[in-house]
Amino acid sequence: MSKELSSGIPTDNEVILGILNNSDSVLKRLYVAYFPMVLQLIINNNGSADDAKDIYQEAIIVLYNKVKTGDFELSSKLKTYIYSVCRRLWLKRLAQMNRYGGDIKDFQEYLSVDDETEKNNERDIQFNKMGSALQLLGEPCKTIIEDFYINNRSMQQICEDFGYTNADNAKTQKYKCLQRLKKLFFQQN
Amino acid sequence: MSDNQLLEQIERYLNGEMTKDERARFEILRNEDTNLNKKVAEHRHFVNLIKQYGERLELEKRLNALHSEIDVHSLEEELIIHPSWIVSMWRNHHSKISVAASIAIFAVLCTLFFTGYLNNKELNYAQLKGDIANTKKSINALQSKVNGLNHAGKGSVNPGNFRGTGFAISSNGYIVTDYHVVKDADSVYVQSFDGKSYRTKVIYSEPGDDIAVLQITDPSFKTFGAIPYAFKKADTDIGENVFTIGYPRDVIVLGPGFLTASTGFRGDTTQYQVSTPVDFGNSGGPLLDSKGNVIGIINAKETHVEGAAFAVKSSYLLKTIQDIPDSLKSDLNINSKNVLAGLNRVQQIKKMQNYVFMVKVYNQ
Repeated sequence: MSKELSSGIPTDNEVILGILNNSDSVLKRLYVAYFPMVLQLIINNNGSADDAKDIYQEAIIVLYNKVKTGDFELSSKLKTYIYSVCRRLWLKRLAQMNRYGGDIKDFQEYLSVDDETEKNNERDIQFNKMGSALQLLGEPCKTIIEDFYINNRSMQQICEDFGYTNADNAKTQKYKCLQRLKKLFFQQN
Repeated sequence: MSDNQLLEQIERYLNGEMTKDERARFEILRNEDTNLNKKVAEHRHFVNLIKQYGERLELEKRLNALHSEIDVHSLEEELIIHPSWIVSMWRNHHSKISVAASIAIFAVLCTLFFTGYLNNKELNYAQLKGDIANTKKSINALQSKVNGLNHAGKGSVNPGNFRGTGFAISSNGYIVTDYHVVKDADSVYVQSFDGKSYRTKVIYSEPGDDIAVLQITDPSFKTFGAIPYAFKKADTDIGENVFTIGYPRDVIVLGPGFLTASTGFRGDTTQYQVSTPVDFGNSGGPLLDSKGNVIGIINAKETHVEGAAFAVKSSYLLKTIQDIPDSLKSDLNINSKNVLAGLNRVQQIKKMQNYVFMVKVYNQ
């Protein structure tokens, strides 16, 4: 693949394969390719560049999750899909801020994409809960949990990092931390 | 087995770290114990959530890194739609513009108000119908008129609601006056110089020219005799010595003057402007030139200007008379013979005063 081609707009299939393979370069090309379109939509409809960043990243995450879970079927151009998701998200945001004047300036064609943004919304709520539960958990529990479950480090490594005398102690500590995390997580409503 | 150990087992099971034997034993246990089965499912779900949360954080970090490489500011400059200068000026300055506009409108209204422009035309253009009920002067006049009526043997004590002047246009009882005098009238009487009162009927009116034609319907009426004045068809020139006679009071009053303009109020070409002194009650009176030709009918004056009265041109009177349907005018012959021409003003008035009437209008 030539350098020029790799730096241009990726084809839709490239993007899907790239996401499945966790390819950084594809993600970058995807991000750079369609951001101006979304920026144009947002800043010309009562939004700022920061709003555009939020909305666009949310849309990319929606796409990312959909591709990862395997239920993404490309029924239109990827460009149209991203635009539609951003448009939908921005309308919702405007309505929440009471800034929606009943009219939106469009720059691309779009589809209706209601249910997908809803699903993402639920997941976001779960993640927010998890984030604040982890914050409440405090150190060293937070790091132990993150190292073990997110960064996939072994108990042996954690044991050494934290200076536990043996792996059993570390395991007991991790068990207690997990129990507390669960409690904190489910306490939030 | 403590909870701690159980959890470790579950994790080892889920991560596929158990040996074949262990795994088989654990699965049997799981099948037997629904509680254990539930715990396994719960744990898997929770751990997945933590993992996904981690992935999300990771992804967001990557996206933010990508975002920081984009020159958002210059893109923004390029993509924003700049509204036209008039729209952006309105957005930036609309409060100031609104205030300025309000002040301007207010100033214009104030100016118009104080210069009297907003006042109705009626204020400086008064039709000269005498509203008797409203003026003390008129009430006094009425008193004497009622006495006069009693002397004449007529029983009416109602002086009439409005008063104007009218003059004969033919010897057999046709009288012309202003339309605004007889407008909305229930009944119209004319009273002659010698105090005789006759009932009349409005047979035709031309509101556009403010002209009305009355016919005496009273059985006691015979004839006026030959009318001494004629009607001028052509327009009269500015500077002509003119006069009017009429009933602004209960006696006949002469108003001498000059024809001062060939158009009336605000350039109305159907009228003359004259400098004759007129008052309420002069409406419908004849305007005559020095030779005794009728050249117009007095109908209004300008209240803010001294001595500016208006008269409908006689050519419009003649036109109106022509327009009367034949069924309504029996033997209406316009007099064309002027016997006043050689006489002086005193003789002229003496001859014509019998042909000028006070028009009394009753409604309700």
